[in-house]
Amino acid sequence: MDNLIEIRWHGRGGQGAKTASLLLADAAFNTGKYIQGFPEYGPERMGAPITAYNRISDTPITVHSNIYEPDYVVVVDDTLLESVDVTAGLKESGAIIINTTKSPDYLKSVLKGYNGRIYTIDARKISMEALGKYFPNTPMLASIVKVANILSDEDFLKDMEGSFKHKFAKKPEVIEGNMKALEMALKEVNQIS
Amino acid sequence: MSIRERLSGNEASSFAMKQINPDVVAAFPITPSTEIPQYFSTFVANGTVDTEFVAVESEHSAMSACIGAEAAGARAMTATSANGLSYMWEMIYIASSLRLPIVMSLVNRAVSGPLNIHNDHSDAMGVRDAGWIMLFSENNQEAYDNLLMAHRIAEHKDVLLPLMVCQDGFITSHSIENIMLEEDSEVKKFVGKYEPKHYLLNKKEPISVGPLDLQSYLFEHKAGQAEAMKKAKNVILDVAKDFEQWTGRHYGLFEEYRLDDAEIAIVCMNSTAGTTKFVVDKLRSQGIKAGLLKVRVYRPFPAEEIAKALEHVKAVAVLDKSDSLNAVGGALFTDVTSGMYVNNVNVPTINYVYGIGGRDVPTTQIESVYSDLAEIVKTGNIGNPYRYLGLRTKEGK
Repeated sequence: MDNLIEIRWHGRGGQGAKTASLLLADAAFNTGKYIQGFPEYGPERMGAPITAYNRISDTPITVHSNIYEPDYVVVVDDTLLESVDVTAGLKESGAIIINTTKSPDYLKSVLKGYNGRIYTIDARKISMEALGKYFPNTPMLASIVKVANILSDEDFLKDMEGSFKHKFAKKPEVIEGNMKALEMALKEVNQIS
Repeated sequence: MSIRERLSGNEASSFAMKQINPDVVAAFPITPSTEIPQYFSTFVANGTVDTEFVAVESEHSAMSACIGAEAAGARAMTATSANGLSYMWEMIYIASSLRLPIVMSLVNRAVSGPLNIHNDHSDAMGVRDAGWIMLFSENNQEAYDNLLMAHRIAEHKDVLLPLMVCQDGFITSHSIENIMLEEDSEVKKFVGKYEPKHYLLNKKEPISVGPLDLQSYLFEHKAGQAEAMKKAKNVILDVAKDFEQWTGRHYGLFEEYRLDDAEIAIVCMNSTAGTTKFVVDKLRSQGIKAGLLKVRVYRPFPAEEIAKALEHVKAVAVLDKSDSLNAVGGALFTDVTSGMYVNNVNVPTINYVYGIGGRDVPTTQIESVYSDLAEIVKTGNIGNPYRYLGLRTKEGK
């Protein structure tokens, strides 16, 4: 497991955190990496807190456990910040990306003194503007690709276009909006600390 | 040419079934194996396979339909988990005693109760004496490969036994990982055509299947099953040899990972073996001689081979993802230790029941087992051989 990157996703059931983790695995796979993408299944229901994981490596991945010391954490829903310990085990050399419009002071107060990099993005605004509906997972996917430097913006967009064409074969009308959401997110993800 | 892909364990299993294109698939959905018949039914609907898909109303009927199909002379497959397998229980024994080489994908899950949908091996362990060949799979690749080899083993004239391919529910069934797939035409060639010697729809040879079998012959028929199980071992190895020639991927009765010169070793099955490999590498880099024996073929149980492979080790821990509730130890533990005893191998061996009901198995848990083993080697004191790993303490941690 050389050059291993471990990522933990926090979201709520129905927001697409699992799908985002699978799309991230896809994107990394297409660059020739070894990947894992898996959700931690609990009592699945809309709105319940859920966790999903990614491992990305240059060599085969044999570990089959949850991730306890992630390099990156992605928080798809900021209402989780006060109820879930999202920075648990998060490496200080890594980063956390939060879908939020809350103030940097508030975020620092709920992140329990986390000293690594903190990024925010308004995935709601992007999603509403690009898709007309609230699907935060697409902007969050672009954010983690950017922050963790998993592949270049150009390669990522090209790759995702292919994935969306496959995934939305029966609803091609949503491809353009999803691509726009990715492009906007790549530009708008913002380091606050 | 192998094809580089990324699939979940369930996707890989349904893909193998697609390539095998059996005559009949009969299944009833149950988490976490539901996706297998679900994906397969889309292959049927799209005409990718010409399988007769029987959407039965229960697992008992799923196994019954597979039995009927195989007895008629068809190649039949199914998939299930936990309580689905429990509901098949009666028919599981009928399938093996009628010597019908049905192939099942068993996505391991805790048998209720209380209700739990997550992984452990209590479903598989419940049928370990039912006369099925049982192969365990560390990851999606092995679940796929084991299915490709399954029919060649089960349908072999020396064997004629049903076979189940196990993998860990959610942990591998729902995890997307890299995998190498083989070409459809190559799979077809490798798996071959099913040509049963005796079958119900052969009008040239009228036979009856499953009649009353009382004091005069049931014993002999059971002995026949046992004999077939013994012979299966060589067939499994022969098929693995052909498979390796074709794909380059090696399979044995079990995998020895850095075991040659190991002083302390873990024996386990399925996904935990992968996690253990990572820990073995870590400990080796610290100069600790740790090793792993991953059981692939659980039935027939390679007792003699396992005993030999562990002979040189100073202490062994057998990890059971199911408790036998016999106040002695898990099923794999009792199998391994009795195998060692009858083969005159006397190595201090302890048992850990772990991962029950989907309790996560982090690398730190596996590391603690190796450090317990190192302590046993140092002190010579085994202490309690029947232990738990990852059980909450009274403080709730």
